[in-house]
Amino acid sequence: MTEIPKEEYVLKGTTACAGCSASLSLRYVLKVAGPDTVLVIPASCSSVIQGTYPNTALHIPVYNIAFAAAAACASGMSNAFRELGKKTNVIVYAGDGGTLDIGIQSMSGAFERGTDFLYICYDNEEYGNTGMQRSGATPLGARTTTTPAGKTEEKKDIDAIIAAHNPPYMATACSAFPQDIFKKVKKALSIRGPTFIHILAPCPSGWHYPPGKTIEIGRLAVKTGMWLLYEREYGQVSISSPSKAAMKNPAPLEEFLAPQRRFAGIDPKTVEILKQRIAQNIKRLTKEESGVC
Amino acid sequence: MTAARLLAIAAIHDGKYASACPFYGAERRGAPVVSFVRIDDRPIKVYSQIRRPDLVVVLDATLLGVVDVLSGLKTGGTILINSAHRKEYPGFFTYNIDLTGIALREDLVIAGSPILDTPLLGAIARIGIISQDSAKKAITELFTDERNVKAADAAYREITV
Amino acid sequence: MLMVATGNRAVAEAVRQAKPAVIAAYPITPQTGIVEQIAEYVTHGDLLSRYIPVESEHSAMAACIGASATGVRTFTATSSHGLLYMHEMTNWAAGARLPIVMANVNRAIGPGWNIWAEHTDAIQERDTGWLQVYISTVQEAYDATLMAFRIAEHNDVLLPVMVNLDGFLLSHDMQPLETVEPGDFIPPLHLPHAIDPTNPVAYGPLTGPDQYFRFRWDIERSMRDSVSVIRQTQAEFARRFGRTYGFTDDYRCDDADVVVVAMGTLGKEAEVAVDTLRNEGVKAGSMRLRWFRPFPKLDLAGREVVVIDRSYSFGFGGTLATSIRASCGIEPYSVIAGLGGQEVTYDDIAGFVRNRRIGGEFWFGVTPGV
Repeated sequence: MTEIPKEEYVLKGTTACAGCSASLSLRYVLKVAGPDTVLVIPASCSSVIQGTYPNTALHIPVYNIAFAAAAACASGMSNAFRELGKKTNVIVYAGDGGTLDIGIQSMSGAFERGTDFLYICYDNEEYGNTGMQRSGATPLGARTTTTPAGKTEEKKDIDAIIAAHNPPYMATACSAFPQDIFKKVKKALSIRGPTFIHILAPCPSGWHYPPGKTIEIGRLAVKTGMWLLYEREYGQVSISSPSKAAMKNPAPLEEFLAPQRRFAGIDPKTVEILKQRIAQNIKRLTKEESGVC
Repeated sequence: MTAARLLAIAAIHDGKYASACPFYGAERRGAPVVSFVRIDDRPIKVYSQIRRPDLVVVLDATLLGVVDVLSGLKTGGTILINSAHRKEYPGFFTYNIDLTGIALREDLVIAGSPILDTPLLGAIARIGIISQDSAKKAITELFTDERNVKAADAAYREITV
Repeated sequence: MLMVATGNRAVAEAVRQAKPAVIAAYPITPQTGIVEQIAEYVTHGDLLSRYIPVESEHSAMAACIGASATGVRTFTATSSHGLLYMHEMTNWAAGARLPIVMANVNRAIGPGWNIWAEHTDAIQERDTGWLQVYISTVQEAYDATLMAFRIAEHNDVLLPVMVNLDGFLLSHDMQPLETVEPGDFIPPLHLPHAIDPTNPVAYGPLTGPDQYFRFRWDIERSMRDSVSVIRQTQAEFARRFGRTYGFTDDYRCDDADVVVVAMGTLGKEAEVAVDTLRNEGVKAGSMRLRWFRPFPKLDLAGREVVVIDRSYSFGFGGTLATSIRASCGIEPYSVIAGLGGQEVTYDDIAGFVRNRRIGGEFWFGVTPGV
């Protein structure tokens, strides 16, 4: 077991929803990063979670910035710190909307330029703080306030897009596996250049499950193969242990879908497509890990 | 454009005020281009295009049939044509000088094109708009290759005034 | 040192001497000369800055914001659509109280595509909290850029400054340029709210209706305080380097019965028109407005005023004309001329004055009968 520091940088009194896994994930991210860190946050749930002026629930400097601008802002900040001879960690903590949708241009630019920063996308598969609208990360069949009959398109594969930028390190993670998050953030921060971690962050308010089940839902996402945990270091893929077992023998997808009201009434054909996609993803990732592509 | 810049620099070395500006259209190679230079004893405050020039320089004689190069030229104004052939314009002082020939002779060719800007400056100096010293000074400021000054000297000598 | 330079080169030269730590920019015609020159300086070690070749203007301003927030000097340059694209972030820069300096090469907005001079781009940034200065010569481009850093970074200001130069007319015009050794004219930047991990605070978090307005007022307070900082800075510049600048550049205004007010190169060309009119016995003067924000108090009482606008507020009037009407309480003759690089000569300007209809509006090339 990795020794997780006792220091807290996400203090009591956040204004997050009960069962919010984005703030839970952030807690572990900051435990790794430590005090010499600046968090850059675009418009997202994390703009809300940190509290209202003049209070802040985060015990590190937080730079709030416009929705599309997080990676670019971090890019300037990182360059300035390096110019000043400082090693301060610059971490973007952006949601899926700020990453896959409106922020994709500045994110892509910052990766292409080799910015020395860690970009974390916490993915709750919706526009959360505006009231659960569809995003590019919303999975097929999920109901949101703008897809009342269920989303008819599939989730955008942002990881493939990031991989195309050839960053030195990228990984997927899930809020239900804090040890895994801790290890990956530590790794990312030890590497110079742009690194990326994509954290699946189940959202009780938008996915419509009881707040107490937030860890269980995250685990089910991994167990069913709906979410695959892996790292890609200088192009080499290694599947993380929680997913290794799941990929050999995935739990039935229905176990993940059933507790979430956003999938209520999903038609069997759509479930079948989701299942096919899981099988394809598992196959592709296994191949990539063995170096057969 | 380089010629306009050289002329402005030389005029400033002569203690005058000068401004040089190209007229920009869509940029493509081979299209006719126009540049303007103003020289004055007082600061220049005018940004609109020159419509009543004192001197017109035609670097490509094939334009003579295409563009009305005399348009706006003041009566008694000067026209300088890069050409080996003599052509006169009644009412204007006309100079014909083979700048291309000079450039080729001095081996002043870059990427297959003869450089006309620097010999032109020599010719303009001889007409008396700038001093020969300032022309040389302007050329050496922008170019290290000695052939430029040589070509300017040749043009200064060879232009018939 | 005396050199011959374009307006773009003059800006780049001033930036080289001001030594920003971070420059983030995206190329756009006719600003490209600035970023190309700066990239040259950085590549050859003539300027020890980080040059971030961002993928858009929105990111250029965002990167400047991120860099400036750490307390370092920053610079960017843009034009036209580039400025409009960064509009969200120009607001952010002012709201975050960051002394970013930006050169904007004024250019028209599409459609149709037009790369020539117009002030609409910068005018649309009017209410963002940026200071705006409009210049009229290559020398002024250099001088104003140097002064912009000192003004923006002054503790009583801490707001971004935009230096505006007319596309092509100034950006590409070559004129004599006398450079100086700025030395401590631009003192080191001490940003009081620079990011400091040993003193963790949240920048720009959720701010409720009970607090938000205080920050807006604080911008206005600093904007008002900037008036004396600008005055002091311009006086200090004159004392050190011998070139004098005011909020306006007045020419033969003292005894003038009619005054032409314009910004940028048209304001300089107007001086030639004034000479022409004086020769005809018309007591004309020219008042070239340099600072548009903060908007100075103009002494126009008791004169007839002809305002030439290179931008327009549709459904209302010429931007400068309406500003003068509001701030001076007078009815000017409003001329809309030079849009999209429309050729306007000193003869045209003299004509505007001769044919003035006080209180009226005239679109040059459009309004019939003149």
